[in-house]
Amino acid sequence: MKLIKQLIAVATVAFATSAFAAPAPANEAPDALVKRISSEVLETAKADKDIQAGNQKKVMDLVETKILPYVDFQRMTSLAAGRYWREATPDQQKQLAAEFRTLLIFTYSGALSQVKDQTVDFKPMRSSPGDTEVEVRSQVNQQRGEPIQLNYRVAKTDAGWKIYDINVLGAWLVEAYKGTFASEISKGGIDGLIKTLSEKNKKLASKPLKTAGK
Amino acid sequence: MSKFRTLALSLAVAGTLAGCAGPNPRDPFEGYNRAVFNFNDKVDEYALKPTATVYKNVTPGFFQTGVSNFFGNLADVWTAANNLLQGKVGDGMSDLMRVAMNSTFGLLGVLDIASEAGLQKHKEDFGQTLGAWGVPSGPYLMLPLLGPSTVRDTAALPVDITADPWQYKDPVNVRNTGTVLRVVDQRAALLDASTLLEDAALDRYEFIRDGWMQRRNSQVYDGEDGPKDKQAKPEVEDEAPMQPQADEAPKQPQAIMPEPAETKPSL
Repeated sequence: MKLIKQLIAVATVAFATSAFAAPAPANEAPDALVKRISSEVLETAKADKDIQAGNQKKVMDLVETKILPYVDFQRMTSLAAGRYWREATPDQQKQLAAEFRTLLIFTYSGALSQVKDQTVDFKPMRSSPGDTEVEVRSQVNQQRGEPIQLNYRVAKTDAGWKIYDINVLGAWLVEAYKGTFASEISKGGIDGLIKTLSEKNKKLASKPLKTAGK
Repeated sequence: MSKFRTLALSLAVAGTLAGCAGPNPRDPFEGYNRAVFNFNDKVDEYALKPTATVYKNVTPGFFQTGVSNFFGNLADVWTAANNLLQGKVGDGMSDLMRVAMNSTFGLLGVLDIASEAGLQKHKEDFGQTLGAWGVPSGPYLMLPLLGPSTVRDTAALPVDITADPWQYKDPVNVRNTGTVLRVVDQRAALLDASTLLEDAALDRYEFIRDGWMQRRNSQVYDGEDGPKDKQAKPEVEDEAPMQPQADEAPKQPQAIMPEPAETKPSL
């Protein structure tokens, strides 16, 4: 019984995913948006030999054009900084968001260059039409091992739906950074955190995307 | 005499643990945990990671898949038992079906044909079962060689070890070889992920702790938002003053960066 249910669910998702490969309509639903982005990105990554080889510029281009327009880094950073966000000056907030954004781009690009034969299934969304904040749930299936849970928190903004948090394997990104942010700030203030982030980014910029892990 | 020594030792351990009470309520043993974390890191750096890298580059892909399927099939037995203990009869039966299919048609588990037939693999252990029964996780605890855990999961560990069928494999040399192979194979599967983790983390210890604690909680509640442990969420008090703040005039000019609402989306 469960098997049949799962089969139907997978078939529905497969159908839905293929249907959403079409260009974006103006007021796209949040789950449709995430599905479209992830299938576009995965397809590009799988088809592009340079990306698989770890060509940093190409991966960054892909992230820049396909993903960044739909991510609210401002909000992501403010949530990760928690109560310290209000203590920061507008200028500090701007710098912090910019550095955090760069770090996440590097990380995400590293993940993308590892895409090989994965497929993504989306789970039915539990929300009502009036919601302005929803969670889109998906899982990445790989050839080996359990599927990887990948969920997105998406909020409605004036510029359409924007992703502001990602859950990988059960852990929310913002929550995972919150502890580190707090301890860096308690050590060296907000400027200390900005400095740590920018040093980290410099290190990442000078190192190839693919390392010994291959 | 030996009793006295045990007492002295446990007092010393308790003293060490209490002495390094950190600011994070989820991680009161941070000093001890960091020491073990660094030890584990060294073991990984000099022994496990190089071995796993060689294993991954040298052995053929089908062999690696076979190894992970074989041990995965053994683990499914205990996963099934834990799902049943948690009252998840559907999942438990599905896991038993997986074991039955993979152990026979899957050539003793080397082929994971059950996954291909649509029976999703689960992973449950006794720590998760205790969690599902309502036992709180307790503080974070870094175990030598075994890695991140909590007090609850450490208490559950002997049960998991006893329930591992490979523990009873004879002869001993086959058992030991298999255990090494299993560990190396599991590490090999994580090589890409651990590189990513190094890139993403400012402080790897904290990042792994904060990510792992969340992941563990999510495993206990099978990806749903469970009733959050109050003591395990120090952030709650940080967010509480947000609500009244919204009515007051902002303390500083917010024109450039309007502060987003702190409310979590409801499911």
